[in-house]
Amino acid sequence: MTTGIVKQSGTTRRGAIKTLAAGAAVGSLPLWARYTQAQTSEPIRIGFQVHRTGIGAAYGRWYDRTTTAAVQRINDAGGINGRMVEVIAEDDGTDPKRGAEVVEKFASQHNCDIGFGTLFSHVVIGSAPRAGELKLPYFVVSEGHHVASGMLNRYTLQPGITDVKSQVQAMAPFIAGNLGKKVTMIYPDYGFGYDHRDNLKPAIEAQGGEVVGMIAIPPSETSFTKYFPKIPRETEVVYHVMVGPAVLTFVKELGEFFGPSRPEIFGFIDSLEAVDMASPGLEFLEGTYFWEGMPRYAQPDQTGHDKLYRAAVGVDDNGASVSDPKDVSTYAHMFGCWETLYVIKAGMETAGYQGPADRAKLIEAVEAMRHMPLSDEHPQGAKLFNGKTHQVFGPQYISKVTDGKLLVVHTTSIEDTMYPDEVDYTSQAF
Amino acid sequence: MSEGLKSALVHGGLLVVLFGLQFVLPAYHHGNLARIMVLASYAIGFNVLFGYTGLLSLGHALFFAAGMYGMGLSVEHLGAAPAPALLAGVVAGLLVSGVIGVLALRTSGVAFMIVTLMFAQAGYLTVLYAGAYTRGDEGFVVQQAQRVMMGVDLSDPSHRYFAGFTLFAICLIATLWLVRSPFGKVLIAIRENEDRATMLGYDVFARKLAAVMISGTISAMAGAVYGLLFGYVGASFASVQYSIFPLLWVLLGGAGTIVGPFIGTLFMFYLIDLSSQVTTAYMLIAGIVLVALTLFAPQGLAGMLRKRIWRGLP
Repeated sequence: MTTGIVKQSGTTRRGAIKTLAAGAAVGSLPLWARYTQAQTSEPIRIGFQVHRTGIGAAYGRWYDRTTTAAVQRINDAGGINGRMVEVIAEDDGTDPKRGAEVVEKFASQHNCDIGFGTLFSHVVIGSAPRAGELKLPYFVVSEGHHVASGMLNRYTLQPGITDVKSQVQAMAPFIAGNLGKKVTMIYPDYGFGYDHRDNLKPAIEAQGGEVVGMIAIPPSETSFTKYFPKIPRETEVVYHVMVGPAVLTFVKELGEFFGPSRPEIFGFIDSLEAVDMASPGLEFLEGTYFWEGMPRYAQPDQTGHDKLYRAAVGVDDNGASVSDPKDVSTYAHMFGCWETLYVIKAGMETAGYQGPADRAKLIEAVEAMRHMPLSDEHPQGAKLFNGKTHQVFGPQYISKVTDGKLLVVHTTSIEDTMYPDEVDYTSQAF
Repeated sequence: MSEGLKSALVHGGLLVVLFGLQFVLPAYHHGNLARIMVLASYAIGFNVLFGYTGLLSLGHALFFAAGMYGMGLSVEHLGAAPAPALLAGVVAGLLVSGVIGVLALRTSGVAFMIVTLMFAQAGYLTVLYAGAYTRGDEGFVVQQAQRVMMGVDLSDPSHRYFAGFTLFAICLIATLWLVRSPFGKVLIAIRENEDRATMLGYDVFARKLAAVMISGTISAMAGAVYGLLFGYVGASFASVQYSIFPLLWVLLGGAGTIVGPFIGTLFMFYLIDLSSQVTTAYMLIAGIVLVALTLFAPQGLAGMLRKRIWRGLP
């Protein structure tokens, strides 16, 4: 931790016993009384559900750093409504059951004003029902389509990062227009892969292209050579999304399979988040294209906002930690924490947020938001928030691997990422 | 005091305390205890097979998940109300445990562990592959409106607590009755000396199969109730981790005791909850405590009670 503001929650065994004793004392109160909280001029408490352990740990580490930096900057500028922000971080082990428990802890034990920061979709989906029941505004930074799909509830919002559906569909015009019209998809055979499978095909077809092959790879696979002969010969573009530790093997074997005469290759950087592009075996990616949520390498036309954000979080021009060039960030996603915290700040200020009694007002204030201009608060780009679907829309970046670095070659418009509403959360009661 | 009366006092007393705690616990611990009672019911199911029959399964997540998905899928795809959905979960557990029992009981010892583990992994992968229906690793939400059972909103904290308590009480009383019944005595005889039980003329296979099915069905019931109370059905509950948890809870609490699974689940829950606030290496702390308990109280916490205080603890 670089600041004393973000801290581990401080409950001790003794504290828990005291809590139990206090609970016994108020036992005669009606049940509802236990679910209200007193509010004073104490700090605003943000419960940060962080993947410190489990499969999401690499992302969690950087989400943590970004959150710390944003909160420090918010506090340095006077906090929110004159109150300091305190982050209560709890590890959810990247597990949905633990995630739900952590949300309960934020609401009932730490008296947090809101919950924030969850990334992995299954943890979000496992935790959101509890957030809704506990009436805890739950700001996720997940890029999953679960929020906008209508699966969750009025208390769950995603105002700081775009969802995978809009990301995938926004890639189609570039792929079909510049790389080729005959696309073969290689994707993991589970939820994350299906988001790509289900959304890219119609988007490519809408551009006059065609998906000629779909190769689903079981999540437990460690070698991929037997799948590559299934790639149709007519393929002009290979679209790949592989995640997990096997991605390096995947790229190496893909290179061995195609040799020098390869089709165009397009991938999602999710595969290589927190992975050094100079890792042995990744040379084959030279000249291929990637989606990036936010450009990992500082670009020649870098904005002042990116410069400020990069410096505040402690990331160098190559997207790695300033203190350790081998510690590569999850730059394409973690900006979502920064931007979400500024949305929370703006929402609380608009709502005149004083305490948990104003939670509904906070949600209404965020739902009323629309345009978020490119700024220090939104360094990834200008955004458009849809209050009905609780989902934000924004630009996407397409980068080409050039001399081992990712160079942005195309930025999509926000309109490329939009799709019809699938839910209206504002019609749900609080 | 007779053994029967003592047993009724201990177990009845536990239920009375758990019932009363809902009125005094602060919100956070109130919610935790509801969860712990459901998970302890799962552990009770596991204990029927492991603690009383002596069969170590490493695949109980399959039964827990069978109940959870039996319930969840019938709500999601058939629009079932909670009561029939719960029943569907229980029936799914009964069927799955029957089939797995028939196949896995052809083996014994280490082979039984491996076969059950493999079946559970196959079940987990099936959930992923049937992603079109199960939504794979992401899972799906059982909406609040779908969780109103006969006018009772199970997402309400006090209703949830009471539902968890009811499940736990049923499992506790049923297994207490079971292990004191002649059938339960035969299970214990099988655990102690299977050859002798066979020689005495008992159909050991049929009784072991019944034990697998009872154990699997209780686990499935816990899974179905868990999904219904907490509103989420996901593949992580079918993963190997959730096969190991009940083993740990039962070992910690005391295998072959009725209260052991509850004590173990409670202890482990708060061990992780409190230690995770101190360090990210909380599983290391849990591991050290487990090693220490195995060294100094190999019978588990309730097993220690049985050894030191009351030898007749069922």
